[in-house]
Amino acid sequence: MALDKNQIAKRIAQEVKNGMYVNLGIGIPTLVANYIPHGIEVVLQSENGLLGMGPFPTEDQVDADLINAGKQTITTLPGSSIFSSADSFGMIRGEHVDLTILGAMEVSEEGDIANWKIPGKMVKGMGGAMDLVASAKNIIVAMQHTARDGSSKLLKECTLPITGLKCVKKIVTDLCVMEVTDKGFKLLERAPGVSVEDIQKATEGTLIVEGDIPEVQL
Amino acid sequence: MINKTVKNVQEALQDVQDGMTLMLGGFGLCGIPENCINELLRLGVKDLTCISNNAGVDDFGIGLLLQKRQVKKMIASYVGENAEFERQLLSGELEVELNPQGTLAERIRAGGAGIPAFFTPAGYGTEVGEGKESREFNGKMYLMETWLKADFAFVKAWKGDTAGNLIYKGTARNFNPMMATAGKITVAEVEELVPAGELDPNMIHTPGIFVQRIFQGEKYEKRIEQRTVRQA
Repeated sequence: MALDKNQIAKRIAQEVKNGMYVNLGIGIPTLVANYIPHGIEVVLQSENGLLGMGPFPTEDQVDADLINAGKQTITTLPGSSIFSSADSFGMIRGEHVDLTILGAMEVSEEGDIANWKIPGKMVKGMGGAMDLVASAKNIIVAMQHTARDGSSKLLKECTLPITGLKCVKKIVTDLCVMEVTDKGFKLLERAPGVSVEDIQKATEGTLIVEGDIPEVQL
Repeated sequence: MINKTVKNVQEALQDVQDGMTLMLGGFGLCGIPENCINELLRLGVKDLTCISNNAGVDDFGIGLLLQKRQVKKMIASYVGENAEFERQLLSGELEVELNPQGTLAERIRAGGAGIPAFFTPAGYGTEVGEGKESREFNGKMYLMETWLKADFAFVKAWKGDTAGNLIYKGTARNFNPMMATAGKITVAEVEELVPAGELDPNMIHTPGIFVQRIFQGEKYEKRIEQRTVRQA
């Protein structure tokens, strides 16, 4: 069984360690906040200018002046702070944020990431993604392993316009968990019931398989 | 104290002309200068270059200026919420320069702070870096980016005083403080305008020196893009 979006988020939440400042991208990464284990204190950074992002508001707490980078209404927490976009990206470029989790359209075996543009079709802009991937100490990507037509999104080289070079450290897809090494994608875990062969077939880039590959534990 | 107050939005924007470069604060629809945008629509000024993180949505914010074809060029970082923008961009009707968000924020900050250029790692090795000078510092590659300035900067604050001092609220701060510093003429619209002396100097986010004109906005819709709530 391939992992669904929530299971991908749940697996990524295991990578979050106590005391980290974490930036979560839009989409699956946002869901990671729901699965951070009890007893682990992390501070979520929202690049539009908030440290210490709290849960969604109740109906009577909704404040148009308090949103996250996905434009969703949110709340603050005791100890939160608010700042300008320049200060926010100072935190990001200055490597004060410990972990960045974001989505991708393609990742190459060298850790290049493409997630901001499909020429002639989709131009949404890079938002904060280029700043984040250029500076983050640790980048984990959440993505689907293949496109709807079955083609691999884990490639030797990205075909779409690049967001950042050699920056992705770990990838969690619906099929597996991989680490980016200087020799290619190293397979760490596979989704329950998904075989190494299935993963191999779905991966265009170099896949390194060493020994028995355990199943993801959720 | 120098009084920066103008009567209303009409007086504040009276000398905005065709072809000008404008900065508009806000992130999504949060913290946008709603009253100034409405006045730009009423004035019908065109061939504008607009610098703003986003381009609004189809029927609110800068999206309204796009509908009326008042914008010639847009400098932004993310425009995903605006279908009309994407259409004009893909069809070539609108000139667009997409910047990484941190680069955009820093270019504006640099414009206001008298720094003509700086180096950032964001965008190195991507099409953002094409035609730009790059340089290595401590083994890592960086791109040179240049400052941004504007004929008018339109910012929105929560409270302001007659001396032009501003306080923002929540994440409506975003790009407003940097833009306030980078306009030849900075127009601040505020929800509440008070006499100088009523705001605590320790709490000021934008000092009045950066603001040339200030007025209290007539009304604020404060539209929410993604209303997400949980059960109480």
